[in-house]
Amino acid sequence: MLGLKYLKNVSTLKLEENRCNGCGMCAVVCPHNVFAIEDKKAVIKDIDLCMECGACELNCPTEAIAVKSGVGCAAAVISSAVKGAGGSCDCGYDSDDSKASGCC
Amino acid sequence: MLYVKNLLKVKILDTKDEKKETEKSCSDSSLCCGPQSREELAPPCCAPLPVDNEIEITPVSPVLNFNDHLGVVKARLNIGRMNYKLAPGLYAVGTPGSDSPVLVSANYKMSFDYLRRELKNINAWLLVLDTKGINVWCDAGKGTFGTDEIIRQIKNTNLDKIVNHRKLIVPQLGAPGVAAHLVKKAAGFKVIYGPVRAADLPAFLQSGMKAAEEMRKVRFNIYDRLILLPVELLIALKYVIFTSAVFFLLAGLNKTGYSFGFTLTSGSKSVIFLLTAFFSGTVIAPLLLPFIPGRAFALKGFFAGLAAFFLIFQYFSGFSSSGIINIISWVLIISSVSSFFTMNFTGASTYTSLSGVKKEMRIAVPLQIIGFAVGSILWMIARFLY
Repeated sequence: MLGLKYLKNVSTLKLEENRCNGCGMCAVVCPHNVFAIEDKKAVIKDIDLCMECGACELNCPTEAIAVKSGVGCAAAVISSAVKGAGGSCDCGYDSDDSKASGCC
Repeated sequence: MLYVKNLLKVKILDTKDEKKETEKSCSDSSLCCGPQSREELAPPCCAPLPVDNEIEITPVSPVLNFNDHLGVVKARLNIGRMNYKLAPGLYAVGTPGSDSPVLVSANYKMSFDYLRRELKNINAWLLVLDTKGINVWCDAGKGTFGTDEIIRQIKNTNLDKIVNHRKLIVPQLGAPGVAAHLVKKAAGFKVIYGPVRAADLPAFLQSGMKAAEEMRKVRFNIYDRLILLPVELLIALKYVIFTSAVFFLLAGLNKTGYSFGFTLTSGSKSVIFLLTAFFSGTVIAPLLLPFIPGRAFALKGFFAGLAAFFLIFQYFSGFSSSGIINIISWVLIISSVSSFFTMNFTGASTYTSLSGVKKEMRIAVPLQIIGFAVGSILWMIARFLY
């Protein structure tokens, strides 16, 4: 993706190598190809590609991965700041103002 | 509706123990787990439902009809987008048997349609989760497309009686909500993550469920961005119409009082400039995203707004004939408005992280507010100077 790289050094992704069993699920589920498996261990190839979706953490059977997952959506950040909600991606289906957010 | 007509009867593989249970838990078996009534049913009644060793499955076509296409257009235009869904449950494409693959989908109808149209000449089961009509990726982020819902639908549909294998193909973008190892543990089905795009499914199935690296990566090319624009644009439009109306009416103010001539001349120009800012932030910057300098969306939107300002201001007002305060006011207004709308495109993009968005917003939002406020005040002052 030419030029489509987001901010540097912001991702909260952490990999605890000694807990990794090398199953490779993180590399399978990652939509941005952040992980590689080298010598039967997962390694982070490029952390700046991480969008903190949380798929790797959830699918890691040994809990070797931790990431503060969320949706990178300014409208959601604004609506959660205004309403004091949790800051998830409010696509609008569970609230009355169903078209308020530009997210998703 | 997809339902009712031509229900496919499928022999279930083993019913002996289930039948007793059904009789126990359901007093009225006709009410039990019909796909349409599932929503209203209390959970105990949604246990196994076999009647005469057969289960009714809704067959669906891999060919989209006019209404399906119309539905896509409407959803892309934000018309009924939040209520474009189908009943969860099990569907059949082609003539699947007990060996056929099971593909998991969301009950957002566009997701479902985009999946089935790729399945020409393929026999497969479609297990549709109740995701409240939201697409797979957004819903996986919320967790509704998730481990628990998969387990629930496996049980509701008696999937283990319909297929003799124990594999589910889950779209890879569902992974933020699904823990594969927990599905295996609770329901006995192994989750295999399929390709990101449904179009790659035939190749994926043919290669023995192996996804090439390219199938695993999310893209965000110009077409992907283009089809997202209408919704973003329409959502933002009402704010722009309101702001434009305010500027239009205030443009009549001047040192002699109020002039409707000014409302028409200066007011129309103001509306054009505001629409330029809006267009720059919601259309130009998202489309040219990779070619605009900067990584933060707010910065890209600022640059796009700046460029748009120079083009449009010279054409409609002219730099030589405009006062410096008027020029500065529009630089500030157009660039900050454009920056704000492009920043909101982070939610539609496929590669921004929450940490990153928060970081850019900490810097950008105060600047956007100051830029717009100071710009508006200067614009007002300029009314009374010339």
